[in-house]
Amino acid sequence: MMMTGAEIVIRCLQEEKVEYVFGYPGGSVLHIYDELFKQDKVKHILVRHEQAAVHAADGLARSSHKVGVAMVTSGPGATNAVTGIATAYMDSIPLVIITGQVPTAYIGQDAFQECDTVGITRPCVKHNFLVKDVRDLAVTMKKAFHIASTGRPGPVVVDIPKDITAAKCEFDYPKTIQMRSYNTVVKGHLGQIRKAVQLLLDAKRPMIYTGGGVILSNAADPLTRLVRRLGFPVCNTLMGLGAYPAGDRQFLGMPGMHGTVEANMAMQNSDVLLAIGARFDDRVIGNPEHFSDVPRKIIHIDIDPSSISKRVKVDVPIVGSVPDVLEEMLRLLDADKAKPDATALADWWATIGGWRGKNCMRYEAKSDVIMPQYVIEKLHEITGGEAIITSDVGQHQMWAAQYYKFEKPRRWLNSGGLGTMGVGLPYAIGAAFANPDRPVACVTGEGSIQMCIQELSTAKQFRLPIKIISLNNRYLGMVRQWQEMFYGSRYSESYMDSLPDFVKLAEAYGHVGIRVDRPEDVEPALRKAFIEHKNELVFIDFRTDPKANVFPMVAAGKGLSEMILAEDL
Amino acid sequence: MRHIISILLENEAGALSRVAGLFSARGYNIESLTVAPTEDPSLSRMTIVTSGSEEVLEQITKQLNKLIDVIKVVDLSEAAHIERELMLIKVRAAGKDREEMKRMAEIFRGRIIDVTESTYVVELTGPGAKLDAFIQALDGSLILETVRTGVSGIGRGDRILKV
Repeated sequence: MMMTGAEIVIRCLQEEKVEYVFGYPGGSVLHIYDELFKQDKVKHILVRHEQAAVHAADGLARSSHKVGVAMVTSGPGATNAVTGIATAYMDSIPLVIITGQVPTAYIGQDAFQECDTVGITRPCVKHNFLVKDVRDLAVTMKKAFHIASTGRPGPVVVDIPKDITAAKCEFDYPKTIQMRSYNTVVKGHLGQIRKAVQLLLDAKRPMIYTGGGVILSNAADPLTRLVRRLGFPVCNTLMGLGAYPAGDRQFLGMPGMHGTVEANMAMQNSDVLLAIGARFDDRVIGNPEHFSDVPRKIIHIDIDPSSISKRVKVDVPIVGSVPDVLEEMLRLLDADKAKPDATALADWWATIGGWRGKNCMRYEAKSDVIMPQYVIEKLHEITGGEAIITSDVGQHQMWAAQYYKFEKPRRWLNSGGLGTMGVGLPYAIGAAFANPDRPVACVTGEGSIQMCIQELSTAKQFRLPIKIISLNNRYLGMVRQWQEMFYGSRYSESYMDSLPDFVKLAEAYGHVGIRVDRPEDVEPALRKAFIEHKNELVFIDFRTDPKANVFPMVAAGKGLSEMILAEDL
Repeated sequence: MRHIISILLENEAGALSRVAGLFSARGYNIESLTVAPTEDPSLSRMTIVTSGSEEVLEQITKQLNKLIDVIKVVDLSEAAHIERELMLIKVRAAGKDREEMKRMAEIFRGRIIDVTESTYVVELTGPGAKLDAFIQALDGSLILETVRTGVSGIGRGDRILKV
């Protein structure tokens, strides 16, 4: 059947069972928007800024294991989308971003709303395409979804010139796709897996460290079984929270710059470290030289070979899909009926118990000012730990990660790699569409929330009952914290002057706004938001202690065992 | 250490910029880069001369393999291989220099492919070091222009890079 390029785009989205497209129309995508109008299978969510379109698609993907889809126009539409694309790229989130382009004949002529989208996005996409012939469109769309969702996932941009969306050809959507240049490994090398299992069984001070890869590959279940089978300690990175239940005894918390003492010390002092779907990021292991000072054997499971031995030399690399490799490990352990060294493990747990005894997450509650940690603890309590929590970037992000004990995967959405302020609200929008029956809360600050505040309008249009938990300390808190600790308390441009009245602002957008100044009002306000106003968006402006800092802290360039604790100051 | 990396990739628009962009984004060196389609016009063969430690080379190889358009990557310098580069060099060839230039070209097994009253263009093929040696051997003031293709390489014997 002959179809226009625009029809083909929509048909491809239907074939891929795409439910929601987050986007913003403009000249170059008008044909596509016209086709969108003529059908009702693919629903379009009109955002208020293209950056938020990509973040929202990203939030949907993170919270659902589906490919997120965004659509923007050429030129500024595409450039606005770049931050969203780079954010998704750094965290390996599967997205397909459709960008309009000026007509083929105008490309390179500095046409109105023209930019070199493929060139601009090249360094921050898994792959991108410029479609120059309508006959390539369907197969390109198929490739885009295939590439985005397989292997190490990532965003794929499909740039479509306007004349291609008007041109006609026969529509035939391929069921499967083979690319000679793109084949992803799934099964890990059995010999390597055997070697890894033996190392784990012989370990005296084992440690398991898991990252975003476990979440992305839906491997929380085999991970939990493996950790319990071995009886080893485990930590989840910022991107990996929820992969292992935070309430479990074997869970040591989050490692890294703001990780727990027990997680960091166990990472540093382990003799065998099993890294799964993690990448030894600078915010996780601190100074790599310091980290390598202690001799240890490292086993690294990752789908992406380039993540292995990138920052830290690995002894047993295993390239493969995390769940497949973990299942294989479990199978080998069961077949051998092998058990780890119980005596050594008991000693190791005793040592870990000592670190745990530091109680590093303790904070001083105050009667006259709201401590941000307290708000997160109450949020956890009132939502029963069942909410999807999105965050922006800064102190509030760390507090949310530290104090909202994530028991399940895909409940914690944040920009870990790029550290993009402004993602919280659009992530919550995407998550709310993907999980209509689950409460969604956006933990943010008065700085971050203003970076995508216009999306309050989108949330109103689609009646999304998101709860915005704003920890308002009148400072760009993380900047302030670094300035206090490393820049002689010279608070250069970190004070947030002339803040809006967030209650009135929320109301202006048609939402409910609540301001909370006193600790005793925290819980009632949260109850009001989650129970009384269950079906509405509620913006809670918590006035928190401006002096509160995030601890423990490993200063940039320092080693994992060189933590600063709250009591040290 | 110097390495010669051979890449087989899809002959698609933008494939070259993906490779070049990767090198600049990740801070890898490119000493030279050559690329052209192969006997199969849907494929391009690229040769990159780079340098770096073993760890850096491992990353370069992995990162190249990660590019969607890249089909195969081989570090030619890991085993027996042949490298060749073509240079066209325009030299002043007047008076007493004229005979000397011709002799030099012959010594290096170059060919004179353009002749005017006062200049020659010499075509010279060989490993990069040989081309360097030729330039060194000439009186610098007589060199008017040089253009080099960069290294192309191929494995010896049955080392074959093919889809």
